Order: sequence, then C-alpha cells, then structure tokens
Amino acid sequence: MHATSLLELYVFVLAGFVGFFTITRVPALLHTPLMSATNAISAISLVGSLVLAGADRGPLPTLLGFVAVTSATINVVGGFIITDRMLKMFKRAGRRAPSAAQGSGGKG
Amino acid sequence: MSPRTLFIEAAYVAASILFILGLRSLTVPDRARRGMQLAALGMLVAIVGTVVSHDIVRYEWILAGLALGTVIGYPLGVYVPMTAMPQRIAISHMFGAVAATLVGVAEYYALDQGEQVSRIQMAALGFEVLFGALTITGSFMAFSKLQGILPSRPVTFLGQNVVSIGMFAAAVALLAWLLFEPANPRAFYAMVALSLLFGVSLVLPIGGADMPVVISLLNSYAGLASSATGFAIGNNVLIIAGALDGASGFILSIIMSRAMNRSFTNVLFGAFGSAPKASARSAQGLTVHAITPEDAAIQLAFARLVIVVPGYGMAVAQAQHQVRELAALIERNGGTVLYAIHPVAGRMPGHMNVLLAEADVPYDKLKEMDEINDEFKNADVALVIGANDVVNPAARNDKSSPIYGMPILNVDEAKQVIVLKRSMNPGFAGIENELFYGENTAMLFGDAKASLSKLVQEVKGS
Repeated sequence: MHATSLLELYVFVLAGFVGFFTITRVPALLHTPLMSATNAISAISLVGSLVLAGADRGPLPTLLGFVAVTSATINVVGGFIITDRMLKMFKRAGRRAPSAAQGSGGKG
Repeated sequence: MSPRTLFIEAAYVAASILFILGLRSLTVPDRARRGMQLAALGMLVAIVGTVVSHDIVRYEWILAGLALGTVIGYPLGVYVPMTAMPQRIAISHMFGAVAATLVGVAEYYALDQGEQVSRIQMAALGFEVLFGALTITGSFMAFSKLQGILPSRPVTFLGQNVVSIGMFAAAVALLAWLLFEPANPRAFYAMVALSLLFGVSLVLPIGGADMPVVISLLNSYAGLASSATGFAIGNNVLIIAGALDGASGFILSIIMSRAMNRSFTNVLFGAFGSAPKASARSAQGLTVHAITPEDAAIQLAFARLVIVVPGYGMAVAQAQHQVRELAALIERNGGTVLYAIHPVAGRMPGHMNVLLAEADVPYDKLKEMDEINDEFKNADVALVIGANDVVNPAARNDKSSPIYGMPILNVDEAKQVIVLKRSMNPGFAGIENELFYGENTAMLFGDAKASLSKLVQEVKGS
C-alpha cells in the first residue's frame, strides 16, 4: 500500500508537470475550448463510477454509482461534442498568412 | 498478470497518452480538432478497458447511467449556443464534481463506514469529497449567476468572509481528525456538508466580472477531485487526467487574475464592486458626445484601420454576426479590421474568441492584448462594443480606482473611438469610465445588435 501510494504520487506530480508545460503553450485564442476539453477529459472519473455502479456492493453504493455514471457520461458526451463544435469554427483567413498562429503561442 | 488485467492496463496507458496528445494539439489551432478527436478515442478506450474488468458483475445500472447521461449530455453538446458557453462550462464542472464526490462517499460507505479505510486512503477520500463537494455547490452557484437565475452582482452579508473561512477551516479540521480515526462516519458526513455549504458562500459574493477567475478555479478543483479519486481507488489514468485538468484550471486562473491585476484572495474575498463607491472621479461636469449611426458609418466607411473591442455586452446582445457583417463591408472598402481581445473580456477565458469564430471571423484577426496594444495609435477608429472595465483609462492613471493597475487595451490612443453602449450606466464594477467622456470619443447609444445593424445599412448605402 505504501509503495503504491508513493508511486501514485510520482504519477500525479509528473502528470502535473506535463500539464503545466503543455497548457502554458495553449494560446489565449483557444482558452474556452481548452477548458471544455480538460473538463471532458477529467470526466474520466467515469471509470471509477462504472466500477461502483457494477460491483454490486449494496443498494446505496449502486445507486450512487448510477448517479455518478450519469453525471460523468454527461460530461464525456457533451464535453467532447461541444469542444469539437468550437474547434470546428476556428478558421484561418482565406489568403495565406504564414506563421500567423505563431504570434499568439509561446507566452502564456 | 492475467491477459485481461494486461488489456485493462494497456487501455489505461493508451488513454493517458491520447489525453496528453489531445491537449498538446490545442497549442496549434489547425491541429486542435484532430487532436481532441484522439482524446475522445482515448476516453472510449478507457471505458472499454473498464467494463471488461473483473470487478464489474452486473451491467444494468451501468447501461442505464450511460444511456441517461448520453440523453442529457448530447443536447448539452449540440444545442447550447456559444453565448451561453460560460454557464454551460460551469454546470459541467458540477457534473464532474458530482461523479467524483459520489464515488468517494460510496467508497467510504462501502468500506464499513471507514472501518476498513487505511490512513492513506482516508487522505485521498477526504480530499476527493472536500474538493468535490465545494465544486458541486460552487459551480452550481456560478451557473445560476451566469444563467441569470441568481443576481450576478455580488451578494454579501456582514461577516461573510469569517463565516466562509470558518466553514472551510472546520471541514479541514474534520479531515485531519478522520486521518487519525477514519471510522468516524459522523465526522465524514459533516465534512461533506460543510464543504457543500462552503461552496455556496465562496461564490455568492463574487460578481459577474470576476467569473473568469472563479470558473477557472472551479475547473482546477474539479480536476483535483478526479485526481484524488484516482488515489482513492488506485487508478493511474484518473490521477493523470485529473492532474492535467487541475493544472489547466490553475494556469487559467493565474492568467485571469493577472489580467485583472488582482490576487486570488482578492478575487475570492474582496467582493469586488460590493460597495459601488462613486469611484474616485465622478462624472460631474463632463460631457458625453453622442453620435448618430449616420455619422459613425461615414467614419467607418473611410477608415483604413478599424480595431473592434468586443466585451460581454456583445455576447449579451448576440451581436457577433452583425460585427462580422460590418467588418466585411469595411474590408470591401479597402480597410483592415482587427479584433482586440482582452484576456478577461466576457465571462470566461477565451469567450470572445469563440463568439467571433462562430461568426466566421478568421482567427488570425483575433489579437491578444499584448499583440495589438501598440496598434491602437495607428487605428482610425476603435469600435468598442459592450466592453467597459477593460478599456477604462482609470486603470492606468487613477490610483484610487479599484481597477488601478489592471492591464487595459489602449483604446483611447485611437484617432477616433466609437463606443456602442446601451446607456450611461456604469459597468459591472460600478466604476465611472473616463473613456466615455474623452475628446475623441463618440457614444452610439442603443442595443448593440440594433446599432450595428443600422451601421451596416448606412455603410452599405454610403
């Protein structure tokens, strides 16, 4: 148990770093899609909810699991759809403007 | 390791990689859509990996939840208008937090009300429900304010901060107690109740203009709750996805508070605008120059460079399509139209960009504050549509102003400023805006959408 927890802590810290370095490079242009994207991704708590709803650990846990699965699924389905809907709208001007996207990246 | 466990672990690793690649793709607008589709695939892989697990013995409730969630989630994805994006995101933070919190509560309950919970697991469960519960109610309050169910102005009462902090401190104290004595259901459920209440009192005193910070912060908490769920049930993909979400929300809230020149504590406990003091400088003795749509149209028709400054008012009036139409006419006359986007314009990070992109404005014309601020002095017309505090020169030169020090758009440097505004009511912060009384400022009163439609007609005619 102890060793596993320590390993999990490593995973958390490293993932936090990866997140930090990736997200500081997302331009302000895409901050709304970023938020809906991370929201959809963190609906991965669906995984925990599924186990809870299906493990048959008594009526109350199953009921709570059912509600949790519902909530998380709302975010998975709605979140990925709306992120895609937003990203689909971002288009560049017709004529070529090389490295136009470059200017906004970099400084978070 | 049995083949099944191996498959499940491989699915989780694949999902984690796809999530990170998906977020990475958001650094380049042209690749973002493809990248997020990969992330969605990652989610599917993780779900498939989970449902084949040995722990799952019955499927009826799983299928019911998946079906109901899809029925509710699909319209929330497809039909919600872009103007309603802030409240849509706020409510989705609530759903995420509900899932995490319920898993935590059920886990505690199923382990004989804490009898079988180790200290480390208790720490994880504690953080999970603490962050989760306050995110549930906090996000719901934010949603209600943004949706107009509750007044979006700060709601305050005497001693509010003391009560809020007291509740949070009590919840943390209960968590500390539980670490020493996990089998203490009363303390556990009291902690859940306290953090639910804390979420309400945390967001209640926060005004609409501060919502970008609050939404970002709740985004971060929802992520941390997911991550804590991962610790509690020993699942790495939850830890990773939650950490990514937590980092993202945290970074956004820092960017947002920096764009308002305020600290977290100030946003959360400052009750911005709670006492709309008639500000440092009152508007007395100053005159406003009103302009007719005809005159404004002439200026726009002959302008070489027009910079549009959109604000929350544009979103409320749903005027983004008229803005685009007007820009097309100016461009046809040989002018250039750029858009200056302040980081906290609107009610959530990046809100204005999404609205303008929806109206088919190419994204390379949407400029960040630092990129465009030097351009204002070259602009023939700066067209301010429903923006107020982000263009208030008091932020630069009035030390007694509550927004002093906030980085603003240098709209006043433009040769001519045209402000589209409903009336002379002060903005959200209740602060008078000198820009409106400036020599080179003309006010075009009325609903933004109606005014823009008139401008479009006039420019067409000229």
